[in-house]
Amino acid sequence: MTRDQGARVPLDVDISDAELERQLKETWSSKPGLWGAISTVDHKVVAGRYIATAFVFLILGGLLAMAMRLQLSQPEARFINPDRYNQIFTMHGSTMMFLFAVPVMEAMAAYLVPLMVGTRNIAFPRLNAFSYWIFLFGGILLWVAFALDTAPDVGWFAYVPLAGPQYAPGKRADLWAQMITFTEVAALAVAVEIAVTVFKQRAPGMSLDRIPVLVWAMLVMSFLVIMAMPAIMFSSTTLILDRLVGTHFYNPAEGGDALLWQHLFWFFGHPEVYIIFLPAVGMVSTILPAFVGRPLFGYMLLVMALITTGVLSFGLWVHHMFTVGLPRVGESFFTASSMSIAVPAGIQIFCWLATLWAGKPVYKTPLLFILGFIVTFVMGGMTGVMVASVPFDTQVHDTYFVVAHFHYVLIGGAVFPLIAAVYYWFPKMTGRMMSERLGRWSFWLIFCGFHLTFFPMHILGLWGMPRRIYTYQPELPWTSLNLFVSLSALVLAGGFLVFFVNAIRSRRNGLPAGSNPWGAATLEWATSSPPPPYNFRRIPVVSSLDPLTPGENELPVVAGLRTDRRELLVTSVVEALPQARESSTTDSVWPFWAAVATSVMLVWSIFTPWAVVWGSIPVAITLIGWFWPKGSPEDES
Amino acid sequence: MKDRIVLDASALPMHGMGAASPTWWATCAFMLIEGSGFALALAVYLYLMSLAPSWPMEAPPPDLWAGTWLTLMLIASVVPNVLVSRWAHRRDLRKVQVGLVVMTMLGIIPLVLRAFEFTKLHIRWDDNAYGSIVWMLLGLHTTHILTDVVDTVVLACLMFSRHADNTRRYGDVQDNCMYWNFVVVAWLPLYGCIYGLARL
Ligand code: HEM
Ligand SMILES: [Cu+2]
Repeated sequence: MTRDQGARVPLDVDISDAELERQLKETWSSKPGLWGAISTVDHKVVAGRYIATAFVFLILGGLLAMAMRLQLSQPEARFINPDRYNQIFTMHGSTMMFLFAVPVMEAMAAYLVPLMVGTRNIAFPRLNAFSYWIFLFGGILLWVAFALDTAPDVGWFAYVPLAGPQYAPGKRADLWAQMITFTEVAALAVAVEIAVTVFKQRAPGMSLDRIPVLVWAMLVMSFLVIMAMPAIMFSSTTLILDRLVGTHFYNPAEGGDALLWQHLFWFFGHPEVYIIFLPAVGMVSTILPAFVGRPLFGYMLLVMALITTGVLSFGLWVHHMFTVGLPRVGESFFTASSMSIAVPAGIQIFCWLATLWAGKPVYKTPLLFILGFIVTFVMGGMTGVMVASVPFDTQVHDTYFVVAHFHYVLIGGAVFPLIAAVYYWFPKMTGRMMSERLGRWSFWLIFCGFHLTFFPMHILGLWGMPRRIYTYQPELPWTSLNLFVSLSALVLAGGFLVFFVNAIRSRRNGLPAGSNPWGAATLEWATSSPPPPYNFRRIPVVSSLDPLTPGENELPVVAGLRTDRRELLVTSVVEALPQARESSTTDSVWPFWAAVATSVMLVWSIFTPWAVVWGSIPVAITLIGWFWPKGSPEDES
Repeated sequence: MKDRIVLDASALPMHGMGAASPTWWATCAFMLIEGSGFALALAVYLYLMSLAPSWPMEAPPPDLWAGTWLTLMLIASVVPNVLVSRWAHRRDLRKVQVGLVVMTMLGIIPLVLRAFEFTKLHIRWDDNAYGSIVWMLLGLHTTHILTDVVDTVVLACLMFSRHADNTRRYGDVQDNCMYWNFVVVAWLPLYGCIYGLARL
């Protein structure tokens, strides 16, 4: 059953482009209809759903933010009662972090990485489909709980003892903890796929020093997910155990420790912000060159900075715990390490500035958002260095100063680049351009709205306004600034509205994009927009960091792959030399059923530990259905 | 864009073994995930120990025999495990079939011993934090043995089916062997903690 068969099977040599495309299309397309849609494993379709779903969660989380701003717009307002407010800020934070920011970045990776490394599908496409369903079910779980008035109310980091069995009766905290399990399983799955895709499925010739920066960023992000997410899985599981079967991990009366929770949470939580931010670095570094008309300055430096940031991010977590009374020496160490991460961040900024300086910037919407990102992120970085110092942090901890700081780095540092990325890759994903006029409107509304909303929060914080309060008294000096913030938030929301309107309208009516509207140099632009189910007619061969040169009309490619089964190339890790013609799995409904079974088990286990025993049986059955060979050509070897 | 063919892949094998196979890398990635989980659980053990005035908390240290027998069993199982992996490499179907049946046994026996091990801890998970973390360590590792046994059983069935004689399957067998080695190696520091540190 080995090579000699190659003679009798259809290969992609000696046939016309049109005939080759027809055969590939037949092999790689998903079936029409509902089951076809559920069983598809095309990374573009799955990632597209992932991105769309994450943006729906952004809208939901944003609506909650507007509700909070309504409540805080005047002293002693009565729109939202204290209990509901607690649920709302917890839902806002959790939705934004776990259902929007991380998933959307992973989904961008799942869409772009296979195209940028020149392969036909992500590694383990069925796992990818499974990941999406798990993510979706986890998000639905949280929001159904909110609709039933049992949403978690313990903050997005669910500190014990507040979240423990004593102070949080009912199921609210368990729902939070289990939502974490859902999203982490989903995230870990995508991280493994991305890492393997980057290691083993790069186009021949794409040696390590020719990997696009975005792909490097996604690779480092995947490793952060792989190393950091176990910490939150461990902590959310032990929290449920404390609450359900009476373990004492976090119970000081029986030898447990409340601070243990904080250590575990932030050992994950700090890398988490880099899981969100590093992809943004990759996006900026990829988009920038296309709008300044020159290659990126300092490729090597940027890649080094990405890796350094990734490693350092595991040594900073204690800066979230400066006010809990840890030993002095420890605090000084974490101050130093927190400030040291400004070094790689600074290097990145200087590389971008140098690229801008040496080029001729064309101020299209993506570039505007990138400039907005640089300004905003630098400001957020500066308040970051400020709160890294213990005395200052002691003063502003748990005030609106911190709320301002993390929105500067989260929205400025990740959401701005993400929007730039949507404007930039929208033509590739849909085949149509987004409107430039609406784009400019959305940029200025979002940029101004953002700063008007969040800059005053620094001042409110310095004036002593604590975070997570549902109201304040009129005697306090916060009234007018809060009203100002709330009105500005409307501008910000308006900007997002314009952005969404633009995206939805352009999907149908945008100008046709063509395969490479920006004259960019990475491989995703070598195929049509939107790409066909098989991504590339033939897998490209790469001989430089910028595989596409403007004006060039030919693409060096590999031939000799089969067209009657889903086949792609596996290459070596360092030099990307071809090693095998590997198959890529076919569509299957099993990942969907496996996700359903897993979800049933996870939700059930909030109520009884036996769910893990009985619930794992259907999970095992669906997994066997998933992996059992069906005798398709993809199973040949 | 027009294609200019510069490379011919038709002579490449249709599936790579070992580091040329994506599943090998995915197995490594999952081991890294789970390895991080074990490392973290151990860190929590040490953390709680460092806080406690005495360790083990209000309990005698666990009896040695069940855990030690299990450890010896696990270490011994590495030998047949490595052999199965070799046979898979040589595509020796008969031996692989026998080997998988043997490995299934060698997975079930530790599970039986593990059941005793839990009773010899002399503490319940809900007695105190020490009890919680030792049950956690043991439970975490038991889940790994259990999943690998289920995996081995399914693989064994596959190797007796018509899908057996396929490079891809032999690769699966090798990955499964690698994973079992991981389950064994991961146990050693846990054993050291649960039985060694509790006796210091
Ligand atoms: C759309 C604009 C947004 C507005 C107006 C907004 C507003 C707010 C406000 C007022 C709070 C403080 C609530 C309180 O302490 O009482 C808050 C908390 C928070 N926000 Fe936002 N936010 C926005 C977008 C985002 C985004 C995009 C993210 C993340 C990517 C995010 C992440 C968080 C987190 C993690 C918290 C902390 C929640 C907690 O205290 O548990 N926000 N937001
Ligand atoms: Cu941090």
